[in-house]
Amino acid sequence: MATESPKTPLLDQLEDGPWPSFVSGLKRLANDEGKSYAPIMKSLLGQLEHSYETRKGYWKGGTIGVRGYGAGVIPRFSEVGDKYKESKEFHTLRIMPPAGMHYNTETLRKFCDIWEKYGSGLIAMHGQSGDVMFQGVSSENVQPAFDELNELGFDLGGAGAGVRTSMSCVGAARCEQSCYDEAKALRMVINNMLDDMHRPSLPYKFKAKFSGCANDCVNASHRSDFAVLGTWADDIKVDQSEIKKKVAELGRKGFNDQVVNMCPTRALSLNDDDTLEIDNESCVKCMHCINVCTKALSVGDEKGVTILIGGKRTLKIGDLMGTVVVPFHKMEDEDDYEWLVDLSANVLDFFAENALEHERTGEMIERIGLVNFLEGIGVDVDPNMVSHPRTSSYVRVDGWDEEVEKWNARKGAKAAE
Amino acid sequence: MSEAQEAPRMPDETGVPDPMLYMHPALKKNYGKWAWHDRPRVGVLHHVAKSGDEVWTVKAGTQRQMDVHTIRELADIADELASGHVRFTTRSNVEFMVTSEAEVEPLIARLEAAGYPVGGTGNSVSMISHTQGWLHCDIPGTDASGVVKSLMDAMFHEFKHEEMPNRVKITTSCCQINCGGQGDIAINIQHTKPPVINHDLVSNMCERPAVVARCPVAAIRPALVNGKPTLEVDEKKCVCCGACFPPCPPMQINDPVHSKIAIWVGGKHSSTRSKPSFHKLVAAGIPNNAPRWPEATEIVLKILAAYKAGGKPWERMSEWIDRIGWPRFFEVTGLPFTKFHIEDWRGGRNALNASSHVHL
Repeated sequence: MATESPKTPLLDQLEDGPWPSFVSGLKRLANDEGKSYAPIMKSLLGQLEHSYETRKGYWKGGTIGVRGYGAGVIPRFSEVGDKYKESKEFHTLRIMPPAGMHYNTETLRKFCDIWEKYGSGLIAMHGQSGDVMFQGVSSENVQPAFDELNELGFDLGGAGAGVRTSMSCVGAARCEQSCYDEAKALRMVINNMLDDMHRPSLPYKFKAKFSGCANDCVNASHRSDFAVLGTWADDIKVDQSEIKKKVAELGRKGFNDQVVNMCPTRALSLNDDDTLEIDNESCVKCMHCINVCTKALSVGDEKGVTILIGGKRTLKIGDLMGTVVVPFHKMEDEDDYEWLVDLSANVLDFFAENALEHERTGEMIERIGLVNFLEGIGVDVDPNMVSHPRTSSYVRVDGWDEEVEKWNARKGAKAAE
Repeated sequence: MSEAQEAPRMPDETGVPDPMLYMHPALKKNYGKWAWHDRPRVGVLHHVAKSGDEVWTVKAGTQRQMDVHTIRELADIADELASGHVRFTTRSNVEFMVTSEAEVEPLIARLEAAGYPVGGTGNSVSMISHTQGWLHCDIPGTDASGVVKSLMDAMFHEFKHEEMPNRVKITTSCCQINCGGQGDIAINIQHTKPPVINHDLVSNMCERPAVVARCPVAAIRPALVNGKPTLEVDEKKCVCCGACFPPCPPMQINDPVHSKIAIWVGGKHSSTRSKPSFHKLVAAGIPNNAPRWPEATEIVLKILAAYKAGGKPWERMSEWIDRIGWPRFFEVTGLPFTKFHIEDWRGGRNALNASSHVHL
């Protein structure tokens, strides 16, 4: 009985076609006779086929964890476990990957050995929050599997109302567009929040993501409460001889269509001699021209970050993009990275103290207003935080003169620098 | 000694691992010191460091939900042909790095022979970012892995060729929480009927005030049914979002017939050129037709074909539609425009056309 594979006529149809098939992978595991995971995966295939037949899911949550931590394991108990006994407990360990998701093969093989021994042999690289998801382990094997992964240098990620696992783009490891050390920033910020990840008691989840430039390859602007995006404060670097080559390659019309006319702030102009004129004061560092002209144009030298707060998906008030809270901060030395850690801790503390239950940072800011949030975290207002100033006249401005003085004092201090 | 062994092992709270321990040596050596890059062919990136070092990256698609045999095979390929290192992208593609151009073709040949398509770079359709579905989630309306497999089979050519105006990022989600995120195209479950409530179980399984608070339209209220405390839903108010189902499993939102698929377009995360944008509903009421989802696939292909034909170089889906206008979008895709496309959520007036700009 245990050695018989279930009939899966619906899932079998997902083995056709050129794209790698996850069903074939599940079957390979189910057919590994003699392995402890084979009966689990036979059973799992049976339940999944049942889902495909009835078009319904059959997993429920519960409470499963590892010693010392209050989150990071996703419990899954089958609602049809009497029929699919060997996979009736099919929990997931969320494990944080190295920042940038770099691996050596020795580590990948050890992952496989551990998961072959304790789990189902099924690993997702990676989940939407960036975790390595070791899927399919019994309640009894959760602890020993975690212990071995932990001995290997890996730690549990986040789940529930806590700090979540983070992601950074490939960044400085292999991209000339990188404007700061994304992996370092990620590790410093997240490793300072581990208590709120592993023993969570926040109002709701808190996500941070790190992209090296405005291309935002890890989708930080929308998919994180604390989005760190690389940028620079000085001029775009131009190699005019390479610009001329690009103009020759695309033609003048092509260059104008694909580079000049696509600049969102009309900051580019092609000169009569096929060199490029850039109005750097109007440039918003959107990356477009640099993406097209990878040899001719590059990011400036005064590199740093823009920080957006409050991105999230639908629940409960609808989608929100993160909005600018720090227009620019340089990222040059250790002090700058410490500043980032302090800011993130400050934002997290404010969120923990002030958000309502099941409210994300973006919703909290919408409820209390950006100005109250800024005052709470000690950040001054800046015109870069708005698309435009207010259009509604329903506002009390009887403190106007004091606010003007603050603005002038800040401007004076900046001018003196 | 024996007493110490009996003490339970406590976690070593190491946090995020240091990537330097796992990184390809050429990336480590040139960390933060890259000069420029180009794409010599589809699926291959070529990065040049300020030191003059060069790295070619070969990108291949995977099924994301990987068995240990798949991961070991990728490790074998990396050991044989790529110095024993890989990295994964956020869209579950795997990248192999080599330091001479001569190593690129053998690597591509080996990956393709083993069934891992090489592509997903530049203006191609990359792997779909997706969610857990029936395989592992506790609230799914569909199986993202199956939807993704069906779509990637259908878009295989587009993964392996850079023929789109710009990159196309597609996402799928098994419920309206939309863990797959924003996409140029998003294929998401959209429920069409209010939850079916098992009143016998609510008081034991659900923290009722929290469930009431979860509803975005205040349609849930406490009630007594057969003498038992439970919850009821004002079905006229209910928007069928399913937000009550995760905190209260007896409020079953998933239905084999009435949980449909909706398709959204024009989501964009980057601030490149235009500011980031949310995806917009273009089609709904599509059957959740496992195991191959042909109806949803057909609509996605139709949208892709229209974008491919009409988009100008570097225009993302949202930017193409901004230029041609929504009337033309519905015309060239052949999709119907209905009253359901008109926003009535908070801030909905911002989605209305307050000008004389019309596309005729």
